[in-house]
Amino acid sequence: MLETTQCPNCKKTDVADIRDCVRQFGRDQGNLIPILHAVQKKYGYLTADATEEIADWLGIHASEVYGTATFYTLFSTKPLGKYVVRLCDSPPCHIEGSLSIQKAIEEDLGVGNGETTEDGLFTLEVVSCFGLCGVAPAIMVNDEVHGNLTPEMIPAILSKYRKEGN
Amino acid sequence: MANTVNLTINGMSVQAEEGMTVLQAAQKAGVYIPTLCYHPDLSIEGVCRICVVEIKGQRLLCPSCAYPVAEGMDINTHSPKVREARRTIIELLLANHPDECLTCSNNQKCELQRLAKELGVQQVRFEGARRDVPIDTSNPSVIRNMDKCILCKRCVRVCHEMQSVGAIFANKRGWDTVIAPPFNKELSEMVCVFCGQCINRCPTGALKGNDPAAEVWEALSDPDKHVVVQTAPAVRAAIGEEFGMPAGSLVTGKMVAALKMMGFDKVFDTDFTADLTILEEGNELLHRLKTGGTLPIITSCSPGWINFIEHFYPEQLPHLSTCKSPQQMFGALAKTYYAEKMGIDPSKIVVVSIMPCTAKKYESERPEMRSSGYQDVDYVLTTREAAGMMKEAGIDLPNLEDGKFDLPLGMSTGAAVIFGNTGGVMEAALRTVYEVVTGKTLENVEIKAVRGMEGVREAEIDLDGTKVKAAVAHGLANARKILDLIKEGKADYAFVEVMCCPGGCIGGGGQPHPTSEEIRKKRAEAIYAEDSGMALRKSHENPAVLTLYKEFLGEPLSHKSHELLHTKYTAKTKKKAKA
Repeated sequence: MLETTQCPNCKKTDVADIRDCVRQFGRDQGNLIPILHAVQKKYGYLTADATEEIADWLGIHASEVYGTATFYTLFSTKPLGKYVVRLCDSPPCHIEGSLSIQKAIEEDLGVGNGETTEDGLFTLEVVSCFGLCGVAPAIMVNDEVHGNLTPEMIPAILSKYRKEGN
Repeated sequence: MANTVNLTINGMSVQAEEGMTVLQAAQKAGVYIPTLCYHPDLSIEGVCRICVVEIKGQRLLCPSCAYPVAEGMDINTHSPKVREARRTIIELLLANHPDECLTCSNNQKCELQRLAKELGVQQVRFEGARRDVPIDTSNPSVIRNMDKCILCKRCVRVCHEMQSVGAIFANKRGWDTVIAPPFNKELSEMVCVFCGQCINRCPTGALKGNDPAAEVWEALSDPDKHVVVQTAPAVRAAIGEEFGMPAGSLVTGKMVAALKMMGFDKVFDTDFTADLTILEEGNELLHRLKTGGTLPIITSCSPGWINFIEHFYPEQLPHLSTCKSPQQMFGALAKTYYAEKMGIDPSKIVVVSIMPCTAKKYESERPEMRSSGYQDVDYVLTTREAAGMMKEAGIDLPNLEDGKFDLPLGMSTGAAVIFGNTGGVMEAALRTVYEVVTGKTLENVEIKAVRGMEGVREAEIDLDGTKVKAAVAHGLANARKILDLIKEGKADYAFVEVMCCPGGCIGGGGQPHPTSEEIRKKRAEAIYAEDSGMALRKSHENPAVLTLYKEFLGEPLSHKSHELLHTKYTAKTKKKAKA
């Protein structure tokens, strides 16, 4: 699963390190997605250096690596907060009130969709279905699921992570 | 021979070959099916669905460009269901498309516009959202306006497949999808070679050249300026298409007449400096052969190709001929030799080029292209843009009487005009090198071994006992094959010609739309016809070039030649995609 462990202010990444991360996979274009997962797990997002490194290794263009990564909402090409709050807005969650959940999160964090809080703790992402329709509306905070949400539940959930993270 | 398949298309019995698509079978049978994302030069994308047809027994409409034929297939290409589907697709595309047809650069050339008319779309039932992506004007060659993009991905395919450059790709998904370089960069920040093949493939006005027509008009109306124009070889074999003439119409004299009517003080020919290039480059080849210099020597006329090798194979730069392109040689001489000869202050000379090429725009702005003390070439118009100016001036090109190039920089030979075709520089060089090396007259000047449309061609030329192995490549994906061979030490060529664009300059990114191999072949034939009709067909017989050496340069590869006609290349990193 994806982890987001890197501080958004710390953009430094070691090329040799990225190389090791990429080259544990075979030079088969079919490995693009597994490599993207590995890079994201290690660095929190897909850096430009990593894009070039992957492209060189697989013999494809950097534009193709970037295009593929941005096709999937779970890959990021910019640094994310320590906790990524993913809110589902597919039809079941939408019908069950995901918009009011989004509003509550935005009010609590002071950021909108795709943005990261100034302290680097939270990123909000509105995403497509992650298969939790049974407990709609739902969010995931990193790997943890919170379902059957009402707007009133949001401050308590977020403050738990805020305490953990600081 | 492939197996024959029997089909019915619109009630008509038709035979096709196994493995053909329904679209190909229909085209073979003379049945027209509209297409949009399909392009004959490129792989099948199958995303636009304009080419859908009804196939008996199939529940859904099938995209004919991607659907293989099968025995007994019964196809209807224009049933009511098909026509309704096509109309709806166009309506949906138009619902998101800017209403700017009247002022769009692609007005009357746009395939979306043509299809809307052709398919009877007279109203758009839907009001969709419009994109608001910043227009990329970051470079002198290609302007990208993604608000007009319909996501057919022809540009992506040509950039990756034909050119192996891969500057752009489809980023994000759904409504947010945008064709762009990675990391939201502009083209100038990326490894784009500015070949403009994407412009030639774009069905709408999303991509266009960076058109300096306004500046050129201003120079033409300035009485203090002496405005000279040079025309590249490939332009004369294509500009007629912009005026409705069939592909392959050769309009050299009419083009010259048109340029004189527009008010250029002198109409010169890049062919003059193409001949000069042969003398410089031919001697460079001989010098390298004699002194054990870096071989193979690779031609340097094509600026998209120069951008490519600087970015992707910088370690092979010593292979490049140090000769500037004919365009840049012309600019340097116009503001030195010609200025002196005519007694004109070079600061008052404006050099305009008409080129089949968008990379020439970038080339003219390179900082090293100022050896006259001024920017050697001031403005570069593509074939399309030059035709646009002619139309604006009310010039009816097809019906003009032939004009003649001015002297001395308008004098040329048949060896120069074939620069426009893939293999042409090679052939022109061999005509001269043969005579210089052997001291004999080359009787049959047509060296057919280097002609044709094969992506990579090899030939061995017997120079009176000395065999010279040569190779020709056009399209950068083919150039890559040769560079990889050189890299692996598997190439024993002495001389390699590379042209960035398919077919050479006649298929350049500044040439008229549409393009296909069939069209490019017709333009190439026109170029060869021009050559065979000329009295002089060897560059070293060009009297104006000989006079230039006598009066000004001294001899090929002289100090002055090096100052004005040769250049240096810069290794560039391909890792430009910094976040």
